[in-house]
Amino acid sequence: MTNETIQFRVYRYNPDQDAKPYMQDISVEIDSTDRKLLDALVKLKVKDETISFRRSCREGVCGSDAMNINGKNGLACLTDVRDLKQPIELRPIPGLPVIRDLIVDMTQFFTQYHSIKPYVVNNSPAPERERLQSPEDRKELDGLYECILCACCSTSCPSFWWNPDKFVGPAGLLAAYRFIADTRDEATSERLDNLEDPYRLFRCHSIMNCVDVCPKGLNPTRAIGKIKDLMVKRAV
Amino acid sequence: MVNRNVVGAHYGLRDWIMQRVTAVVMLAYTVALVVLLLAMPSDFDSWKALFSQTWVRLFTQITLLALFLHVWVGIRDVWMDYIKPTGLRLSLHVFTIVWLTGCFIYSVKVVWGLQ
Repeated sequence: MTNETIQFRVYRYNPDQDAKPYMQDISVEIDSTDRKLLDALVKLKVKDETISFRRSCREGVCGSDAMNINGKNGLACLTDVRDLKQPIELRPIPGLPVIRDLIVDMTQFFTQYHSIKPYVVNNSPAPERERLQSPEDRKELDGLYECILCACCSTSCPSFWWNPDKFVGPAGLLAAYRFIADTRDEATSERLDNLEDPYRLFRCHSIMNCVDVCPKGLNPTRAIGKIKDLMVKRAV
Repeated sequence: MVNRNVVGAHYGLRDWIMQRVTAVVMLAYTVALVVLLLAMPSDFDSWKALFSQTWVRLFTQITLLALFLHVWVGIRDVWMDYIKPTGLRLSLHVFTIVWLTGCFIYSVKVVWGLQ
């Protein structure tokens, strides 16, 4: 088994010690069985345990290890380390306050997510067993429900950078459409009212950075377009 | 006034539709103008003859109106994206409206040859 050395340039910032952030050049040896960027990062953490980053499931389900990899947001656990140009430049996902190194404060992101009421609203009496959907109706949720809230999309969106307190962002709007599209949800009109706002929805200028970076291959821009279509449908 | 983060102005759809409709008008005019210009001899007399027709003037005027409405939505978006102080943003909105209204009135004078 041949080992390979990977060169990194990592964003470092510990607010307790550092006056300002700096980039650290560091290399690490990986085994031939290490395939993903996260594998290399775990080795890096063994070498220098002060390097901080979030990770959990290591298979693209939890959405913890979103970071800016060579200038593009992505999940370390889904990115092939050997495909990356070296030194691999790692930065925290942009636009959110840095807590330490690659760890950001996601409060603004989740505040926007919660603002769209990310749950089925149905005040009709519950049937005896469950609220059923036809396979066709269920199909409407494909490409929407898979979002893991890693924030790669919202933090690559310039509109979210400038107005993170007012613009819902691609992740939140994708989730909003996921519940608008759900036939079991009865709050479509309220949801559209909630979004019909120059800042909350119409800051989206269809730049499509969100589509470009989504590690799950989802298309928030299309979902946002469908929200706008429904607004047009009810307005004209 | 307390410093609360406020959203929920409940507008934006009409402007978004307007931006798209005005873009279509401008595209149609651009195509029509290119076709007309290619079809006619390139001299002052034919240019004058073209713009002496009422429908050409009307189409031009409607396109210019579409342009100014399109600019209004686009420039306002720029102010909303980047300008944070509310007072400054409002002033820029007002300035943009006054400027574009001036442009529109002047375009009427030009298109219809008013003295």
